[in-house]
Amino acid sequence: MVEHRPLSDFIAYAILTLGVFIVAFPVYLALIASTHDAATVVGGRMPATPGSQTLENYYRAIFVGGSRTSREPVGHMLMNSLISAIGIAVGKILISILSAYAVVYFRFPFRKAAFWIIFITLMLPVEVRIYPTYKVVADLGMLDTYAGLILPLIASATGTLLFRQFFMTVPDELLEASRIDGAGPFRFFWDTLLPLSVTTTAALFVIQFIYGWNQYLWPLLITTQDSMQTIVTGIKKMLVTTDELAEWQLAMATTILAMLPPVAVVVFMQRLFVRGLVETEK
Amino acid sequence: MEKSTVFNNRLLPYLLLFPQLVVIIVFFYWPASQAVWQSFLREDAFGLVSEFVGFENYQALFAQPEYYRSMLTTAIFSSLVATLSLSIALLFATQADKNLKAAGAYKTLMIWPYAVAPAVAGVLWFFMFQPSLGMLARPLRGMGVDWNPLLNSTHAMILVVMASVWKQISYNFLFFLAGLQSIPRSVIEAGAIDGAGPMRRFWTIVFPLLSPTTFFLLVVNVVYVFFDTFGIIDAVTGGGPAGSTTTMVYKVYADGRLGGDLGGSAAQSVVLMVIVIALTAIQFRYVERKVQY
Repeated sequence: MVEHRPLSDFIAYAILTLGVFIVAFPVYLALIASTHDAATVVGGRMPATPGSQTLENYYRAIFVGGSRTSREPVGHMLMNSLISAIGIAVGKILISILSAYAVVYFRFPFRKAAFWIIFITLMLPVEVRIYPTYKVVADLGMLDTYAGLILPLIASATGTLLFRQFFMTVPDELLEASRIDGAGPFRFFWDTLLPLSVTTTAALFVIQFIYGWNQYLWPLLITTQDSMQTIVTGIKKMLVTTDELAEWQLAMATTILAMLPPVAVVVFMQRLFVRGLVETEK
Repeated sequence: MEKSTVFNNRLLPYLLLFPQLVVIIVFFYWPASQAVWQSFLREDAFGLVSEFVGFENYQALFAQPEYYRSMLTTAIFSSLVATLSLSIALLFATQADKNLKAAGAYKTLMIWPYAVAPAVAGVLWFFMFQPSLGMLARPLRGMGVDWNPLLNSTHAMILVVMASVWKQISYNFLFFLAGLQSIPRSVIEAGAIDGAGPMRRFWTIVFPLLSPTTFFLLVVNVVYVFFDTFGIIDAVTGGGPAGSTTTMVYKVYADGRLGGDLGGSAAQSVVLMVIVIALTAIQFRYVERKVQY
Protein backbone atom coordinates (compact mmCIF):
# COMPACT_ATOMS: atom_id res chain seq x y z
CA MET A 1 0.00 0.00 0.00
CA VAL A 2 0.93 3.55 -0.62
CA GLU A 3 0.36 4.96 2.80
CA HIS A 4 -1.28 3.54 5.82
CA ARG A 5 -3.46 5.81 7.84
CA PRO A 6 -5.41 4.46 10.79
CA LEU A 7 -8.13 7.02 10.13
CA SER A 8 -8.60 5.82 6.56
CA ASP A 9 -9.01 2.24 7.80
CA PHE A 10 -11.50 3.39 10.39
CA ILE A 11 -13.58 5.20 7.76
CA ALA A 12 -13.45 2.12 5.55
CA TYR A 13 -14.72 -0.11 8.32
CA ALA A 14 -17.45 2.39 9.19
CA ILE A 15 -18.69 2.69 5.60
CA LEU A 16 -18.56 -1.06 4.96
CA THR A 17 -20.37 -1.83 8.19
CA LEU A 18 -23.05 0.63 7.20
CA GLY A 19 -23.24 -1.06 3.81
CA VAL A 20 -23.60 -4.52 5.33
CA PHE A 21 -26.31 -3.15 7.61
CA ILE A 22 -28.27 -1.65 4.69
CA VAL A 23 -27.94 -4.86 2.74
CA ALA A 24 -29.01 -7.08 5.64
CA PHE A 25 -31.74 -4.95 7.22
CA PRO A 26 -34.71 -5.88 4.96
CA VAL A 27 -33.92 -9.55 5.36
CA TYR A 28 -33.50 -9.18 9.13
CA LEU A 29 -36.96 -7.63 9.36
CA ALA A 30 -38.46 -10.46 7.31
CA LEU A 31 -36.74 -12.99 9.52
CA ILE A 32 -38.13 -11.32 12.66
CA ALA A 33 -41.61 -11.09 11.16
CA SER A 34 -41.55 -14.80 10.41
CA THR A 35 -41.17 -15.56 14.13
CA HIS A 36 -44.17 -13.60 15.43
CA ASP A 37 -47.89 -14.27 15.32
CA ALA A 38 -50.16 -12.60 12.81
CA ALA A 39 -51.56 -9.97 15.17
CA THR A 40 -48.11 -8.68 16.20
CA VAL A 41 -46.99 -8.28 12.59
CA VAL A 42 -50.18 -6.69 11.32
CA GLY A 43 -50.39 -4.37 14.32
CA GLY A 44 -47.33 -2.59 12.96
CA ARG A 45 -45.61 -2.57 16.36
CA MET A 46 -43.39 -5.54 15.75
CA PRO A 47 -40.45 -5.71 18.19
CA ALA A 48 -36.90 -5.86 16.81
CA THR A 49 -36.25 -9.21 18.48
CA PRO A 50 -37.47 -12.69 17.50
CA GLY A 51 -40.82 -13.92 18.77
CA SER A 52 -41.97 -17.35 19.86
CA GLN A 53 -43.94 -18.51 16.82
CA THR A 54 -40.99 -19.59 14.69
CA LEU A 55 -41.64 -23.31 14.53
CA GLU A 56 -45.37 -22.93 14.15
CA ASN A 57 -45.05 -20.37 11.33
CA TYR A 58 -42.53 -22.37 9.34
CA TYR A 59 -44.43 -25.60 9.93
CA ARG A 60 -47.65 -24.02 8.67
CA ALA A 61 -45.95 -22.37 5.73
CA ILE A 62 -44.22 -25.52 4.56
CA PHE A 63 -46.78 -28.23 5.26
CA VAL A 64 -50.23 -26.70 5.81
CA GLY A 65 -50.58 -23.48 3.83
CA GLY A 66 -52.46 -20.33 4.65
CA SER A 67 -55.94 -20.39 6.08
CA ARG A 68 -57.35 -17.19 4.63
CA THR A 69 -56.02 -17.47 1.13
CA SER A 70 -56.62 -20.84 -0.38
CA ARG A 71 -53.28 -21.99 -1.63
CA GLU A 72 -50.78 -24.79 -1.67
CA PRO A 73 -48.31 -25.35 1.15
CA VAL A 74 -44.82 -24.09 0.37
CA GLY A 75 -43.16 -27.50 0.59
CA HIS A 76 -44.54 -28.37 -2.81
CA MET A 77 -43.49 -25.06 -4.34
CA LEU A 78 -39.96 -25.56 -3.01
CA MET A 79 -39.86 -28.87 -4.82
CA ASN A 80 -41.06 -27.26 -8.08
CA SER A 81 -38.44 -24.53 -7.76
CA LEU A 82 -35.73 -27.08 -7.09
CA ILE A 83 -36.70 -29.25 -10.06
CA SER A 84 -36.91 -26.35 -12.49
CA ALA A 85 -33.71 -24.68 -11.24
CA ILE A 86 -31.71 -27.88 -11.52
CA GLY A 87 -33.37 -28.68 -14.83
CA ILE A 88 -32.41 -25.27 -16.22
CA ALA A 89 -28.82 -25.54 -14.98
CA VAL A 90 -28.24 -29.13 -16.14
CA GLY A 91 -30.13 -28.68 -19.41
CA LYS A 92 -28.18 -25.60 -20.33
CA ILE A 93 -24.85 -27.23 -19.48
CA LEU A 94 -25.70 -30.32 -21.54
CA ILE A 95 -26.78 -28.62 -24.72
CA SER A 96 -24.09 -25.96 -24.59
CA ILE A 97 -21.08 -28.16 -23.82
CA LEU A 98 -22.00 -30.34 -26.83
CA SER A 99 -22.53 -27.44 -29.21
CA ALA A 100 -19.34 -25.71 -28.06
CA TYR A 101 -17.43 -28.96 -28.65
CA ALA A 102 -18.81 -29.10 -32.19
CA VAL A 103 -17.97 -25.47 -32.94
CA VAL A 104 -14.43 -25.59 -31.56
CA TYR A 105 -13.18 -29.08 -32.42
CA PHE A 106 -14.76 -29.76 -35.82
CA ARG A 107 -14.67 -28.16 -39.23
CA PHE A 108 -17.87 -28.50 -41.21
CA PRO A 109 -20.00 -26.53 -43.64
CA PHE A 110 -22.21 -23.88 -41.93
CA ARG A 111 -20.01 -23.88 -38.82
CA LYS A 112 -19.88 -20.08 -38.71
CA ALA A 113 -23.59 -19.86 -39.43
CA ALA A 114 -24.40 -22.24 -36.59
CA PHE A 115 -22.25 -20.18 -34.26
CA TRP A 116 -24.01 -16.97 -35.19
CA ILE A 117 -27.45 -18.54 -34.89
CA ILE A 118 -26.55 -19.42 -31.32
CA PHE A 119 -24.76 -16.17 -30.60
CA ILE A 120 -27.67 -13.90 -31.54
CA THR A 121 -29.85 -15.38 -28.79
CA LEU A 122 -27.71 -13.47 -26.29
CA MET A 123 -29.44 -10.30 -27.29
CA LEU A 124 -33.06 -10.96 -26.43
CA PRO A 125 -34.14 -12.00 -22.96
CA VAL A 126 -37.30 -14.05 -22.65
CA GLU A 127 -39.26 -11.04 -21.36
CA VAL A 128 -39.21 -9.47 -24.81
CA ARG A 129 -40.86 -12.37 -26.61
CA ILE A 130 -43.03 -13.45 -23.74
CA TYR A 131 -46.44 -13.98 -25.37
CA PRO A 132 -45.27 -15.65 -28.57
CA THR A 133 -43.16 -18.01 -26.43
CA TYR A 134 -46.21 -18.65 -24.29
CA LYS A 135 -48.17 -19.53 -27.41
CA VAL A 136 -45.49 -21.93 -28.66
CA VAL A 137 -45.38 -23.65 -25.28
CA ALA A 138 -49.17 -23.83 -25.18
CA ASP A 139 -49.32 -25.29 -28.71
CA LEU A 140 -46.81 -27.94 -27.71
CA GLY A 141 -49.04 -28.84 -24.74
CA MET A 142 -46.37 -27.88 -22.25
CA LEU A 143 -48.32 -25.51 -20.00
CA ASP A 144 -48.11 -26.61 -16.37
CA THR A 145 -45.26 -28.99 -17.08
CA TYR A 146 -41.63 -28.98 -16.00
CA ALA A 147 -40.56 -29.04 -19.64
CA GLY A 148 -42.50 -25.81 -20.17
CA LEU A 149 -40.85 -24.24 -17.13
CA ILE A 150 -37.37 -25.29 -18.19
CA LEU A 151 -36.89 -25.40 -21.98
CA PRO A 152 -37.61 -21.78 -22.99
CA LEU A 153 -35.18 -20.57 -20.33
CA ILE A 154 -32.26 -22.60 -21.65
CA ALA A 155 -32.61 -21.24 -25.19
CA SER A 156 -29.67 -18.87 -24.92
CA ALA A 157 -26.01 -18.73 -25.84
CA THR A 158 -24.32 -17.88 -22.54
CA GLY A 159 -23.26 -21.45 -21.81
CA THR A 160 -22.03 -22.13 -25.34
CA LEU A 161 -19.88 -19.01 -25.32
CA LEU A 162 -18.46 -19.88 -21.92
CA PHE A 163 -17.47 -23.39 -22.97
CA ARG A 164 -16.16 -22.19 -26.31
CA GLN A 165 -13.95 -19.68 -24.56
CA PHE A 166 -12.67 -22.35 -22.21
CA PHE A 167 -12.03 -24.92 -24.96
CA MET A 168 -9.96 -22.35 -26.84
CA THR A 169 -7.57 -22.17 -23.88
CA VAL A 170 -7.05 -25.95 -23.84
CA PRO A 171 -3.62 -26.62 -25.44
CA ASP A 172 -3.72 -28.22 -28.90
CA GLU A 173 -1.02 -30.66 -27.80
CA LEU A 174 -3.58 -32.51 -25.71
CA LEU A 175 -5.66 -33.31 -28.76
CA GLU A 176 -2.60 -34.26 -30.80
CA ALA A 177 -1.44 -36.56 -28.01
CA SER A 178 -4.80 -38.28 -27.70
CA ARG A 179 -5.01 -38.75 -31.44
CA ILE A 180 -1.60 -40.40 -31.45
CA ASP A 181 -2.97 -42.69 -28.74
CA GLY A 182 -5.80 -43.50 -31.15
CA ALA A 183 -8.57 -41.64 -29.34
CA GLY A 184 -11.62 -40.59 -31.35
CA PRO A 185 -13.86 -37.61 -30.63
CA PHE A 186 -15.82 -39.48 -27.95
CA ARG A 187 -12.77 -40.63 -26.01
CA PHE A 188 -11.09 -37.24 -26.22
CA PHE A 189 -14.23 -35.53 -24.95
CA TRP A 190 -14.83 -38.00 -22.16
CA ASP A 191 -11.27 -38.69 -20.96
CA THR A 192 -9.57 -35.35 -21.57
CA LEU A 193 -11.88 -32.41 -22.17
CA LEU A 194 -14.60 -33.16 -19.62
CA PRO A 195 -12.26 -33.62 -16.64
CA LEU A 196 -10.58 -30.32 -17.55
CA SER A 197 -13.95 -28.54 -17.72
CA VAL A 198 -15.11 -29.43 -14.21
CA THR A 199 -14.56 -26.00 -12.69
CA THR A 200 -16.09 -24.14 -15.62
CA THR A 201 -19.09 -26.46 -15.54
CA ALA A 202 -19.54 -26.03 -11.80
CA ALA A 203 -19.33 -22.25 -12.11
CA LEU A 204 -21.96 -22.26 -14.86
CA PHE A 205 -24.14 -24.56 -12.76
CA VAL A 206 -24.06 -22.14 -9.82
CA ILE A 207 -25.02 -19.14 -11.96
CA GLN A 208 -27.75 -20.99 -13.83
CA PHE A 209 -29.17 -22.48 -10.64
CA ILE A 210 -29.63 -19.00 -9.18
CA TYR A 211 -31.03 -17.73 -12.48
CA GLY A 212 -33.50 -20.60 -12.67
CA TRP A 213 -34.55 -20.44 -9.05
CA ASN A 214 -35.26 -16.71 -9.25
CA GLN A 215 -37.41 -16.76 -12.39
CA TYR A 216 -40.67 -14.91 -11.92
CA LEU A 217 -42.44 -13.70 -15.06
CA TRP A 218 -42.16 -16.94 -17.01
CA PRO A 219 -43.44 -19.33 -14.30
CA LEU A 220 -46.15 -16.81 -13.49
CA LEU A 221 -47.45 -16.99 -17.06
CA ILE A 222 -47.25 -20.68 -17.82
CA THR A 223 -48.37 -22.22 -14.55
CA THR A 224 -52.10 -22.09 -14.06
CA GLN A 225 -52.41 -24.86 -11.49
CA ASP A 226 -51.29 -24.12 -7.96
CA SER A 227 -49.56 -27.48 -7.85
CA MET A 228 -47.03 -26.35 -10.49
CA GLN A 229 -46.12 -22.91 -9.19
CA THR A 230 -42.65 -22.09 -7.94
CA ILE A 231 -41.97 -20.49 -4.58
CA VAL A 232 -40.97 -17.11 -6.00
CA THR A 233 -44.30 -16.78 -7.82
CA GLY A 234 -46.18 -18.20 -4.83
CA ILE A 235 -45.21 -15.40 -2.41
CA LYS A 236 -46.96 -12.74 -4.45
CA LYS A 237 -50.17 -14.73 -4.45
CA MET A 238 -50.11 -14.91 -0.66
CA LEU A 239 -50.25 -11.15 -0.53
CA VAL A 240 -53.07 -10.68 -3.02
CA THR A 241 -55.79 -10.18 -0.45
CA THR A 242 -56.74 -6.99 1.29
CA ASP A 243 -53.68 -5.96 3.27
CA GLU A 244 -55.18 -6.45 6.68
CA LEU A 245 -56.05 -10.03 5.82
CA ALA A 246 -52.77 -11.11 4.30
CA GLU A 247 -50.92 -13.49 6.58
CA TRP A 248 -47.70 -11.55 6.63
CA GLN A 249 -45.93 -13.82 9.10
CA LEU A 250 -46.42 -16.78 6.72
CA ALA A 251 -45.54 -14.70 3.69
CA MET A 252 -42.31 -13.64 5.37
CA ALA A 253 -41.49 -17.22 6.37
CA THR A 254 -42.01 -18.13 2.70
CA THR A 255 -39.79 -15.23 1.63
CA ILE A 256 -37.00 -16.50 3.86
CA LEU A 257 -37.42 -20.02 2.51
CA ALA A 258 -37.40 -18.68 -1.06
CA MET A 259 -34.07 -16.97 -0.67
CA LEU A 260 -32.32 -19.57 1.46
CA PRO A 261 -31.16 -22.00 -1.29
CA PRO A 262 -29.71 -19.46 -3.75
CA VAL A 263 -28.14 -17.38 -0.98
CA ALA A 264 -26.57 -20.51 0.49
CA VAL A 265 -25.15 -21.31 -2.92
CA VAL A 266 -23.55 -17.86 -3.20
CA VAL A 267 -22.14 -17.92 0.33
CA PHE A 268 -20.81 -21.47 0.36
CA MET A 269 -19.64 -21.65 -3.24
CA GLN A 270 -18.44 -18.09 -3.45
CA ARG A 271 -15.38 -18.81 -5.55
CA LEU A 272 -17.34 -20.72 -8.18
CA PHE A 273 -20.07 -18.10 -8.10
CA VAL A 274 -17.69 -15.20 -8.70
CA ARG A 275 -15.94 -17.10 -11.44
CA GLY A 276 -19.19 -17.99 -13.15
CA LEU A 277 -20.52 -14.46 -12.90
CA VAL A 278 -17.39 -12.83 -14.29
CA GLU A 279 -16.92 -15.36 -17.07
CA THR A 280 -20.48 -15.49 -18.35
CA GLU A 281 -20.45 -11.72 -18.70
CA LYS A 282 -17.34 -11.55 -20.86
CA MET B 1 -8.64 -17.70 -33.05
CA GLU B 2 -9.12 -21.21 -34.37
CA LYS B 3 -7.88 -24.62 -33.35
CA SER B 4 -5.17 -25.97 -35.64
CA THR B 5 -5.93 -29.62 -34.90
CA VAL B 6 -9.51 -30.77 -35.34
CA PHE B 7 -11.57 -33.89 -35.94
CA ASN B 8 -12.85 -34.64 -39.41
CA ASN B 9 -16.19 -36.33 -38.84
CA ARG B 10 -18.97 -35.39 -41.21
CA LEU B 11 -22.09 -36.18 -39.25
CA LEU B 12 -20.97 -35.91 -35.64
CA PRO B 13 -20.74 -32.09 -35.36
CA TYR B 14 -24.33 -31.75 -36.55
CA LEU B 15 -25.48 -34.31 -34.00
CA LEU B 16 -23.67 -32.39 -31.27
CA LEU B 17 -25.26 -29.13 -32.34
CA PHE B 18 -28.70 -30.65 -32.77
CA PRO B 19 -30.11 -30.34 -29.21
CA GLN B 20 -29.04 -26.72 -28.84
CA LEU B 21 -30.31 -25.72 -32.27
CA VAL B 22 -33.68 -27.40 -31.71
CA VAL B 23 -34.20 -25.62 -28.39
CA ILE B 24 -33.12 -22.28 -29.83
CA ILE B 25 -35.21 -22.55 -32.97
CA VAL B 26 -38.37 -23.71 -31.19
CA PHE B 27 -38.15 -21.44 -28.15
CA PHE B 28 -36.24 -18.45 -29.49
CA TYR B 29 -36.41 -17.92 -33.25
CA TRP B 30 -39.94 -19.16 -33.72
CA PRO B 31 -41.43 -16.97 -30.95
CA ALA B 32 -39.27 -13.98 -31.88
CA SER B 33 -40.40 -14.15 -35.50
CA GLN B 34 -43.98 -14.67 -34.35
CA ALA B 35 -43.70 -11.46 -32.34
CA VAL B 36 -42.61 -9.59 -35.44
CA TRP B 37 -45.35 -11.18 -37.58
CA GLN B 38 -48.03 -10.66 -34.96
CA SER B 39 -47.16 -6.99 -34.68
CA PHE B 40 -48.56 -6.60 -38.20
CA LEU B 41 -51.81 -8.43 -37.43
CA ARG B 42 -54.99 -7.54 -35.66
CA GLU B 43 -56.97 -10.27 -33.92
CA ASP B 44 -60.66 -10.02 -33.21
CA ALA B 45 -61.86 -10.22 -29.61
CA PHE B 46 -61.97 -14.00 -29.59
CA GLY B 47 -58.60 -14.54 -31.26
CA LEU B 48 -60.29 -16.49 -34.07
CA VAL B 49 -59.71 -14.24 -37.03
CA SER B 50 -56.67 -12.14 -37.65
CA GLU B 51 -56.03 -9.80 -40.52
CA PHE B 52 -52.92 -8.15 -41.82
CA VAL B 53 -52.98 -4.49 -40.90
CA GLY B 54 -49.47 -3.32 -41.83
CA PHE B 55 -48.06 -0.74 -39.47
CA GLU B 56 -51.41 0.04 -37.82
CA ASN B 57 -50.38 -1.49 -34.51
CA TYR B 58 -47.28 0.67 -34.47
CA GLN B 59 -49.25 3.76 -35.39
CA ALA B 60 -51.74 3.02 -32.63
CA LEU B 61 -48.89 2.42 -30.22
CA PHE B 62 -47.14 5.69 -30.95
CA ALA B 63 -50.44 7.55 -30.75
CA GLN B 64 -50.94 6.38 -27.16
CA PRO B 65 -49.97 8.91 -24.49
CA GLU B 66 -49.54 5.94 -22.11
CA TYR B 67 -46.76 4.53 -24.27
CA TYR B 68 -44.73 7.73 -24.10
CA ARG B 69 -45.42 7.77 -20.39
CA SER B 70 -44.04 4.26 -19.99
CA MET B 71 -40.96 5.34 -21.98
CA LEU B 72 -40.49 8.30 -19.67
CA THR B 73 -41.02 6.09 -16.61
CA THR B 74 -38.44 3.64 -17.93
CA ALA B 75 -35.97 6.46 -18.60
CA ILE B 76 -36.38 7.99 -15.13
CA PHE B 77 -36.32 4.60 -13.47
CA SER B 78 -33.19 3.40 -15.28
CA SER B 79 -31.22 6.58 -14.74
CA LEU B 80 -32.06 6.66 -11.03
CA VAL B 81 -31.29 2.98 -10.45
CA ALA B 82 -28.10 2.98 -12.54
CA THR B 83 -26.73 6.19 -11.00
CA LEU B 84 -27.53 5.25 -7.42
CA SER B 85 -26.50 1.62 -7.51
CA LEU B 86 -23.28 2.38 -9.38
CA SER B 87 -22.20 5.20 -7.08
CA ILE B 88 -23.10 3.39 -3.86
CA ALA B 89 -21.37 0.21 -5.05
CA LEU B 90 -18.29 2.17 -6.09
CA LEU B 91 -18.11 3.78 -2.66
CA PHE B 92 -18.25 0.39 -0.94
CA ALA B 93 -15.83 -1.20 -3.41
CA THR B 94 -13.18 1.50 -2.92
CA GLN B 95 -13.38 0.94 0.83
CA ALA B 96 -13.17 -2.84 0.48
CA ASP B 97 -10.15 -2.39 -1.81
CA LYS B 98 -8.12 -0.92 1.06
CA ASN B 99 -5.86 -3.42 2.77
CA LEU B 100 -8.29 -4.38 5.50
CA LYS B 101 -8.00 -7.50 7.61
CA ALA B 102 -11.68 -8.29 7.32
CA ALA B 103 -11.94 -7.51 3.58
CA GLY B 104 -12.88 -11.10 2.69
CA ALA B 105 -15.69 -11.24 5.23
CA TYR B 106 -17.07 -7.90 4.07
CA LYS B 107 -17.01 -9.08 0.48
CA THR B 108 -19.13 -12.12 1.35
CA LEU B 109 -21.51 -9.97 3.38
CA MET B 110 -21.93 -7.56 0.47
CA ILE B 111 -22.50 -9.94 -2.43
CA TRP B 112 -25.19 -12.33 -1.24
CA PRO B 113 -28.20 -10.16 -2.26
CA TYR B 114 -27.31 -11.09 -5.84
CA ALA B 115 -29.02 -14.40 -5.07
CA VAL B 116 -32.28 -12.82 -3.91
CA ALA B 117 -34.96 -12.98 -6.59
CA PRO B 118 -36.16 -9.56 -7.78
CA ALA B 119 -39.73 -10.46 -6.82
CA VAL B 120 -38.56 -11.44 -3.33
CA ALA B 121 -36.59 -8.19 -3.01
CA GLY B 122 -39.79 -6.36 -3.94
CA VAL B 123 -41.77 -8.16 -1.24
CA LEU B 124 -39.08 -7.39 1.37
CA TRP B 125 -39.14 -3.68 0.61
CA PHE B 126 -42.90 -3.54 0.34
CA PHE B 127 -43.12 -5.13 3.79
CA MET B 128 -40.90 -2.41 5.28
CA PHE B 129 -42.81 0.42 3.66
CA GLN B 130 -46.36 -0.91 3.57
CA PRO B 131 -48.34 2.13 4.78
CA SER B 132 -50.27 0.53 7.64
CA LEU B 133 -47.86 -2.05 9.06
CA GLY B 134 -44.42 -1.26 7.59
CA MET B 135 -41.73 -0.83 10.23
CA LEU B 136 -40.25 2.11 8.34
CA ALA B 137 -43.52 3.57 7.12
CA ARG B 138 -44.73 4.32 10.64
CA PRO B 139 -41.80 6.57 11.61
CA LEU B 140 -42.24 8.35 8.26
CA ARG B 141 -45.88 8.98 9.01
CA GLY B 142 -44.91 10.00 12.53
CA MET B 143 -42.71 12.71 11.00
CA GLY B 144 -45.73 14.04 9.19
CA VAL B 145 -45.03 12.53 5.76
CA ASP B 146 -48.25 11.22 4.27
CA TRP B 147 -46.42 8.10 3.11
CA ASN B 148 -48.48 5.84 0.86
CA PRO B 149 -46.85 4.07 -2.08
CA LEU B 150 -50.22 2.48 -2.89
CA LEU B 151 -51.75 5.83 -3.74
CA ASN B 152 -48.91 8.29 -4.30
CA SER B 153 -47.01 7.92 -7.59
CA THR B 154 -43.81 9.51 -6.33
CA HIS B 155 -43.74 7.31 -3.25
CA ALA B 156 -44.35 4.23 -5.39
CA MET B 157 -41.45 5.17 -7.68
CA ILE B 158 -39.15 5.83 -4.70
CA LEU B 159 -39.96 2.44 -3.24
CA VAL B 160 -39.40 0.57 -6.51
CA VAL B 161 -36.11 2.41 -7.06
CA MET B 162 -34.89 1.60 -3.54
CA ALA B 163 -35.67 -2.10 -3.91
CA SER B 164 -34.00 -2.24 -7.34
CA VAL B 165 -30.89 -0.41 -6.14
CA TRP B 166 -30.65 -2.65 -3.07
CA LYS B 167 -30.73 -5.72 -5.26
CA GLN B 168 -28.15 -4.44 -7.76
CA ILE B 169 -25.48 -3.09 -5.38
CA SER B 170 -23.95 -6.53 -4.86
CA TYR B 171 -23.41 -7.13 -8.57
CA ASN B 172 -21.84 -3.73 -9.17
CA PHE B 173 -19.75 -4.05 -6.01
CA LEU B 174 -18.28 -7.33 -7.19
CA PHE B 175 -17.27 -6.00 -10.60
CA PHE B 176 -15.96 -2.69 -9.25
CA LEU B 177 -13.87 -4.53 -6.68
CA ALA B 178 -12.42 -6.80 -9.36
CA GLY B 179 -11.74 -3.74 -11.53
CA LEU B 180 -10.04 -1.88 -8.68
CA GLN B 181 -7.90 -4.86 -7.80
CA SER B 182 -6.66 -5.18 -11.36
CA ILE B 183 -5.25 -1.63 -11.37
CA PRO B 184 -1.47 -1.95 -10.93
CA ARG B 185 -0.29 -0.72 -7.55
CA SER B 186 2.76 0.85 -9.16
CA VAL B 187 0.61 3.44 -10.96
CA ILE B 188 -1.00 4.51 -7.72
CA GLU B 189 2.34 4.55 -5.94
CA ALA B 190 3.76 6.76 -8.67
CA GLY B 191 0.90 9.19 -8.04
CA ALA B 192 1.61 9.12 -4.32
CA ILE B 193 5.30 9.85 -4.87
CA ASP B 194 4.32 12.86 -6.95
CA GLY B 195 2.42 14.08 -3.93
CA ALA B 196 -1.19 13.33 -4.90
CA GLY B 197 -3.48 12.68 -1.92
CA PRO B 198 -6.01 9.82 -1.81
CA MET B 199 -8.87 11.86 -3.34
CA ARG B 200 -6.75 13.27 -6.14
CA ARG B 201 -5.35 9.79 -6.86
CA PHE B 202 -8.84 8.40 -7.06
CA TRP B 203 -10.21 10.98 -9.50
CA THR B 204 -7.15 11.35 -11.72
CA ILE B 205 -5.78 7.79 -11.75
CA VAL B 206 -8.16 5.16 -10.40
CA PHE B 207 -11.45 6.42 -11.81
CA PRO B 208 -10.21 6.85 -15.42
CA LEU B 209 -8.55 3.43 -15.30
CA LEU B 210 -11.80 1.98 -14.04
CA SER B 211 -13.80 3.37 -16.98
CA PRO B 212 -14.07 0.06 -18.89
CA THR B 213 -15.68 -1.55 -15.83
CA THR B 214 -17.92 1.45 -15.27
CA PHE B 215 -19.11 1.49 -18.85
CA PHE B 216 -19.70 -2.24 -18.92
CA LEU B 217 -21.70 -1.96 -15.69
CA LEU B 218 -23.69 0.97 -17.02
CA VAL B 219 -24.96 -1.11 -19.94
CA VAL B 220 -25.59 -4.16 -17.74
CA ASN B 221 -27.51 -1.99 -15.27
CA VAL B 222 -29.71 -0.50 -17.94
CA VAL B 223 -30.51 -3.98 -19.23
CA TYR B 224 -31.19 -5.04 -15.62
CA VAL B 225 -33.63 -2.18 -15.12
CA PHE B 226 -35.38 -2.95 -18.39
CA PHE B 227 -35.96 -6.65 -17.75
CA ASP B 228 -35.05 -8.00 -14.34
CA THR B 229 -36.95 -5.39 -12.38
CA PHE B 230 -40.22 -6.81 -13.66
CA GLY B 231 -40.51 -8.95 -10.53
CA ILE B 232 -39.86 -5.98 -8.24
CA ILE B 233 -42.48 -3.83 -9.93
CA ASP B 234 -45.05 -6.59 -9.98
CA ALA B 235 -44.51 -7.37 -6.29
CA VAL B 236 -44.38 -3.78 -5.04
CA THR B 237 -46.82 -1.77 -7.14
CA GLY B 238 -48.23 -3.90 -9.96
CA GLY B 239 -47.36 -1.02 -12.29
CA GLY B 240 -49.53 1.44 -10.38
CA PRO B 241 -50.75 3.66 -8.90
CA ALA B 242 -52.42 4.82 -12.12
CA GLY B 243 -49.65 3.43 -14.30
CA SER B 244 -46.94 5.53 -12.68
CA THR B 245 -44.49 2.61 -12.32
CA THR B 246 -45.39 0.87 -15.58
CA THR B 247 -42.14 0.42 -17.46
CA MET B 248 -42.02 -0.63 -21.11
CA VAL B 249 -41.55 -4.30 -20.26
CA TYR B 250 -44.32 -4.17 -17.69
CA LYS B 251 -46.61 -2.66 -20.31
CA VAL B 252 -45.89 -5.50 -22.75
CA TYR B 253 -47.02 -7.89 -20.03
CA ALA B 254 -50.02 -5.85 -18.88
CA ASP B 255 -51.36 -5.08 -22.38
CA GLY B 256 -51.05 -8.65 -23.57
CA ARG B 257 -52.46 -10.36 -20.51
CA LEU B 258 -54.93 -8.01 -18.91
CA GLY B 259 -55.85 -6.04 -22.00
CA GLY B 260 -55.69 -8.94 -24.44
CA ASP B 261 -54.23 -6.61 -27.07
CA LEU B 262 -51.78 -9.11 -28.55
CA GLY B 263 -50.98 -7.13 -31.70
CA GLY B 264 -50.17 -4.02 -29.68
CA SER B 265 -48.20 -6.06 -27.19
CA ALA B 266 -46.22 -7.68 -30.03
CA ALA B 267 -45.48 -4.27 -31.55
CA GLN B 268 -44.13 -3.18 -28.16
CA SER B 269 -42.01 -6.33 -28.02
CA VAL B 270 -40.49 -5.45 -31.38
CA VAL B 271 -39.70 -1.90 -30.24
CA LEU B 272 -38.01 -3.37 -27.16
CA MET B 273 -36.04 -5.82 -29.29
CA VAL B 274 -34.68 -2.93 -31.32
CA ILE B 275 -33.69 -1.09 -28.15
CA VAL B 276 -31.93 -4.13 -26.65
CA ILE B 277 -30.08 -4.90 -29.87
CA ALA B 278 -28.94 -1.27 -30.02
CA LEU B 279 -27.75 -1.44 -26.41
CA THR B 280 -25.84 -4.66 -27.06
CA ALA B 281 -24.29 -3.20 -30.19
CA ILE B 282 -23.17 -0.11 -28.26
CA GLN B 283 -21.68 -2.37 -25.63
CA PHE B 284 -19.66 -4.36 -28.16
CA ARG B 285 -18.54 -1.33 -30.07
CA TYR B 286 -17.53 1.01 -27.32
CA VAL B 287 -16.41 -1.21 -24.48
CA GLU B 288 -13.50 -2.38 -26.55
CA ARG B 289 -12.44 0.81 -28.27
CA LYS B 290 -13.43 4.14 -26.88
CA VAL B 291 -12.96 3.61 -23.21
CA GLN B 292 -9.54 4.25 -21.84
CA TYR B 293 -7.45 1.38 -20.58
